[in-house]
Amino acid sequence: MKRRSFLKGFTIAGAAGVAGVTGFPGIWTRGNSAYAANGEIPVGVLFSLTGAVAVVESTLRDACMLAIEEINASGGVNGMTLRPYQEDPASDPATFADRARRLVIRDKCVSIFGSYTSASRQAVLPVVEGRDNLYWYPTLYEGRECSRNVMYGGAVPNQQQQEFVPWLKEKFGGRFYLIGNNYVYPREENNVCKIILSQIGGEAVNEEYVPLGHSDFSSVINRIRAAEPDVIFCTLVGDSDVAFARQLHAAGFDPEKMPVASLTRSEVEVKAIGGDAAAGHFSSAPYFMGHKSAENEKFIEAYQRKYGTDQVTHFVSEAAYFQVYQFKAAVEKLAASDISPVNIRNAAVGLSMVAPQGEILIDGNLHTHLWPKIGQWQSDGQAKVIMESKQRIAPEPYWAYEGQACTENGLVRS
Amino acid sequence: MDSVLNQVFAGLSMASILLIVALGLAIIYGAMGVINLAHGEFVMLGAYSAWFLQEQFGLGILVALPVIFLMVAVVGWLVERGVVRWLYHRPLDTILATWGIGIVLQQLVRLGIGPESRYVARPEILDGNVILGGLVMANYRIFLIAFSAAVLVGTWYLLTRTEFGTKLRAIIQNKEISECYGIRPERVYALTFAYGAGLAGIAGALITPLVSVTPGMGTYVVVDAFLVVIVGGVGSLIGTAVASGLVGTASAAFSFLLNDTLGRVALLLAIILLIRFRPMGLFPDKVRR
Repeated sequence: MKRRSFLKGFTIAGAAGVAGVTGFPGIWTRGNSAYAANGEIPVGVLFSLTGAVAVVESTLRDACMLAIEEINASGGVNGMTLRPYQEDPASDPATFADRARRLVIRDKCVSIFGSYTSASRQAVLPVVEGRDNLYWYPTLYEGRECSRNVMYGGAVPNQQQQEFVPWLKEKFGGRFYLIGNNYVYPREENNVCKIILSQIGGEAVNEEYVPLGHSDFSSVINRIRAAEPDVIFCTLVGDSDVAFARQLHAAGFDPEKMPVASLTRSEVEVKAIGGDAAAGHFSSAPYFMGHKSAENEKFIEAYQRKYGTDQVTHFVSEAAYFQVYQFKAAVEKLAASDISPVNIRNAAVGLSMVAPQGEILIDGNLHTHLWPKIGQWQSDGQAKVIMESKQRIAPEPYWAYEGQACTENGLVRS
Repeated sequence: MDSVLNQVFAGLSMASILLIVALGLAIIYGAMGVINLAHGEFVMLGAYSAWFLQEQFGLGILVALPVIFLMVAVVGWLVERGVVRWLYHRPLDTILATWGIGIVLQQLVRLGIGPESRYVARPEILDGNVILGGLVMANYRIFLIAFSAAVLVGTWYLLTRTEFGTKLRAIIQNKEISECYGIRPERVYALTFAYGAGLAGIAGALITPLVSVTPGMGTYVVVDAFLVVIVGGVGSLIGTAVASGLVGTASAAFSFLLNDTLGRVALLLAIILLIRFRPMGLFPDKVRR
């Protein structure tokens, strides 16, 4: 892969008649209006194809590359084509930082699209901040971050929970059992959940964390059985979520009486859980594959035509897809000589476009205004969208922290 | 009281899974002194075999168990014949070699079948629960407990009551003398390795209804299996059985008293203490090497 893209770079540079300097393009081209040359805009694509999170990140790569190809096929950006540089960071945060550095310095990318986990985003952060580059991060995450060099395409806790938690209390009751994996994301989400619960008169009957990758939930299930909560509020991720869902189903729990309300369960997990074990439970996300809109139909159709009809789209891959279009819309506002990461960022603020989930907007704080939805899983593995928020919800990454706000000037403490 | 009983059942059910995974590991170590770090990948191959047979031929996991056993046993046999047999006099290198084989198997599955988690249907005949007062026992977990006990008895029978077992024990006691009696150790070794791998395969297939089937699933499973083998005394069948019971119920007890994260810490501390005072495990191997 690496060798191939290097060779490709070699031939293209050779055709341009600068074959002698391909070894050190950074040295020789510094000072030129470097970012968009020869009618090409270099962008980095940084998703793991190997290692632990490859399961999800490979689908994000697919969605991102689909958007790039669509844009190039329909004439590119102001007549220039997007030139993707792909790297495989192998699910390892240190490798993420290394490959991001390579994309920024060697390949002179104006932006990088990448990563799924918070750990990998935080590893890339010093690189993009140090070089004033731009990182497009598609995943929902725990908030409490306010970089001027990251475009956050996923939901933050207030967007996922503000309507979801009161709705659950209304429908099933206010006694929540909080279960998550033991790391920062579930803890921050549960903080927000507990604040909302205390405002609306609910309570968390237990709050419990299991190690990442934990796969035997018999003790947890016994405790849930003893606590008799109204709702199991779940922030387990990946394999743990799959194991939990299957064991809960085998233990004979009834989703109508005690549903699992998940912030992380998407079509990918449900495919592994099996439709019958997932059916009846709920997820909150800005996007479900089952959402009905013309843009979504187009997205799914194009995705499955390229990658196979057994593939699913989900709330992170949707963001990986629309972020490339946000990037395109921002670059279109700039003259070719003005293309730089900072200018792209400034042009992107306030940009509004219609994504598969609905019309989204980039906030001054670089997070995205989204359309949260509540989906109920069906036995065919798809979510039926049973509630859509009435209005677009603004991102507040510091929602749970009074006196702190993420604004267009970065983090502000009052 | 109900929750204590439920937790005891949870402990037994964890123990049954541990037992069936650790048994193959214990046999391979006991017979050949090979610490098989690819064992987790044999478990994973068993799970993928179950998925494959379900997708291609519509076989449920219970019906497919014998086929899965054979499929993974063949892989184990190939690994022994191809790699491990050259390393019997270099025990440290077998650790490295089997670890490498594990990585290769994992990546082959990832490249050939794909990295995403696969769905294997649970056997619907075992749906439902047995409810005794406040005690709720999932039928599938009851089945696992019974099945792993049966595998234990079967293995014991194989090792002590058959010609193959007699030969194997002869080799374990003194390889050179048994060769003089016409036993061919390389054949017995290969079969033993294949049997251990096959057991791992069965374990992998049987846990598919409870976990997520991914190329990396074996890594989590095998760590606990190693704990069991160390606690039980490497290579001892009865030790493995008792240790899986202990580790299973102890982790259930700790996670009941504390929570799953702290319970894990407490369990590991307890094991460290145990091997401090009984470095060879509960039932040390009495054979001189």
